[in-house]
Amino acid sequence: MNAPSATTGNTPMLAVRGVKTYYGNIIALKGIDLDIHAGEIVAMIGANGAGKSTLMMTIFGDPRPREGQVLFEGRDITGMPAHEIARLNIAQSPEGRRIFGRMTVMENLQMGATVTDNAHFEEDLERVFRLFPRLKERVHQRGGTLSGGEQQMLAIGRALMSRPRLLLLDEPSLGLAPLLVKQIFDAIRELNEREKLTVFLVEQNAFHALKLAHRGYVMVNGLITLSGPGRELLQRPEVRAAYLEGGRH
Amino acid sequence: MEYFLQQLINGVTLGAIYGLIAIGYTMVYGIIGMINFAHGDIFMIGAFIALITFLCLVAIGITAVPLALFLVLLVAMALTALYGWTVERVAYRPLRQSFRLAPLISAIGMSIALENFAQVVQGARVKPLPPLITGGFTLTHKGGFTVQLSNVQIMVVVTTVVLMGVFSWLVARTRLGRDMRACEQDLKMASLLGVDVNRTISYTFIIGAALAAVAGIMHLLYYGVIDFYIGFVAGVKAFTAAVLGGIGSLPGAMLGGLLIGLIETFWSAYFSIEYKDVAAFSILVIVLIFLPTGILGRPEVEKV
Ligand SMILES: Nc1ncnc2c1ncn2[C@@H]1O[C@H](COP(=O)(O)OP(=O)(O)O)[C@@H](O)[C@H]1O
Ligand SMILES: [Mg+2]
Repeated sequence: MNAPSATTGNTPMLAVRGVKTYYGNIIALKGIDLDIHAGEIVAMIGANGAGKSTLMMTIFGDPRPREGQVLFEGRDITGMPAHEIARLNIAQSPEGRRIFGRMTVMENLQMGATVTDNAHFEEDLERVFRLFPRLKERVHQRGGTLSGGEQQMLAIGRALMSRPRLLLLDEPSLGLAPLLVKQIFDAIRELNEREKLTVFLVEQNAFHALKLAHRGYVMVNGLITLSGPGRELLQRPEVRAAYLEGGRH
Repeated sequence: MEYFLQQLINGVTLGAIYGLIAIGYTMVYGIIGMINFAHGDIFMIGAFIALITFLCLVAIGITAVPLALFLVLLVAMALTALYGWTVERVAYRPLRQSFRLAPLISAIGMSIALENFAQVVQGARVKPLPPLITGGFTLTHKGGFTVQLSNVQIMVVVTTVVLMGVFSWLVARTRLGRDMRACEQDLKMASLLGVDVNRTISYTFIIGAALAAVAGIMHLLYYGVIDFYIGFVAGVKAFTAAVLGGIGSLPGAMLGGLLIGLIETFWSAYFSIEYKDVAAFSILVIVLIFLPTGILGRPEVEKV
């Protein structure tokens, strides 16, 4: 049993317990269990349609799982309204980036700072610009006019503006040139090493994701089929066959 | 020429009123993608609250026109905003996850309910208000025809311009305005970032209703009479204005309001006053067929 008081010792930062999520009558997550501990980078890989994005959104309360629980630092947050989850300093850079296309880069970043009440806006802005100098050059440009890579930087930068303790990234490398993918993944590693930021990353790009992550999970059709240290998973023949054939950059 | 100038003045005044109402339609559409058919009736409620407040103020002896106007403005905006908030809360929010037509049907029901409510409580007869703001300027006086710019018209246009300025500033520069724009572009993303979407939607209804209340006061002052049915006619015209300008676009609502006011006035002046409402409805049909995105609207594709 989980002692609700325990934010100490072994309580994972995020725990997903037996989560089943449906769209109407169609089951998308068939019972997911996973743990993410403070300071970790955890990657989840899986093919298109496996249920990765559904898991990300389920963690954020919508869709609400029909069974199971999501616990943040031991506290039950299952199905909580998304804006309240955001206030717990969980941030998400969702699938498809979802930049506000008709807002400037600056306004997008201001939106990212919603939960901090602008207490340290300038400082956080500098941090994002240090990580992604390109955003500084584009600061007055509309989000919709940025390139795909710049939009991805903005999506991550916007998430960082909330000073998250847990950062959820849904396919940050999707559609990006290899050089940009490297830049983004380097940034994630830097955040984790320098600031001990906890990251949960969902990817189809198994090679980069598992190389970066401390631990990894493999999701197939709404179920977790494999888990273990990232580099170990990379050596598994079934992972290599399913996710790395021709996919290596 | 004098006749034309006079119609221009009248048309701009009418357009200002329509523009204020149209903003409410366009804002709500922008954020939750529904046509709030009860919005015209919110405008009507605003006019009634204003009338009742005027009469109460007179009864307690407040007759100084500027003070009375100011108080009426405050009371009508606040109470009408409460109506707007309530309508969303009871009739639309519970249906937000429902099928697309549900809130629309609920809106039509709300519209009928508000009209009947006003009819039962206030009676079906036309309610007059003695002219409060009188006088004006004679601009030209030629060939037996005078061009008048009345003080009411000045007040209507000046108030509208000021309010639209304040409102545009709010949307472009304040935190609430930014949240509203974020919700308009991507509700889900806004909520992921910590925006309380329900609260932002409530504010949208509150602001839209408050602007409609101002339009109601202006209608009352300008025409001197109101009844429970003004919301339907003005509502359809303001909705047409919003569609003409491009539904979802705020400058579009203002421009559309102005155009509808001008078209209606010139139509009545040069063709036929009996068919003045036909002009607005015909434009609605024509715009929906040939220019569904309106003058300043954008096609529904931008979603990334
Ligand atoms: N909004 C939705 N409504 C219905 N089905 C959905 C919805 N979103 C995703 N699905 C379905 O759920 C399954 C998992 O999708 P998703 O979580 O997006 O997978 P992934 O992110 O791994 O590509 C897919 O079969 C997909 O078609
Ligand atoms: Mg996905």
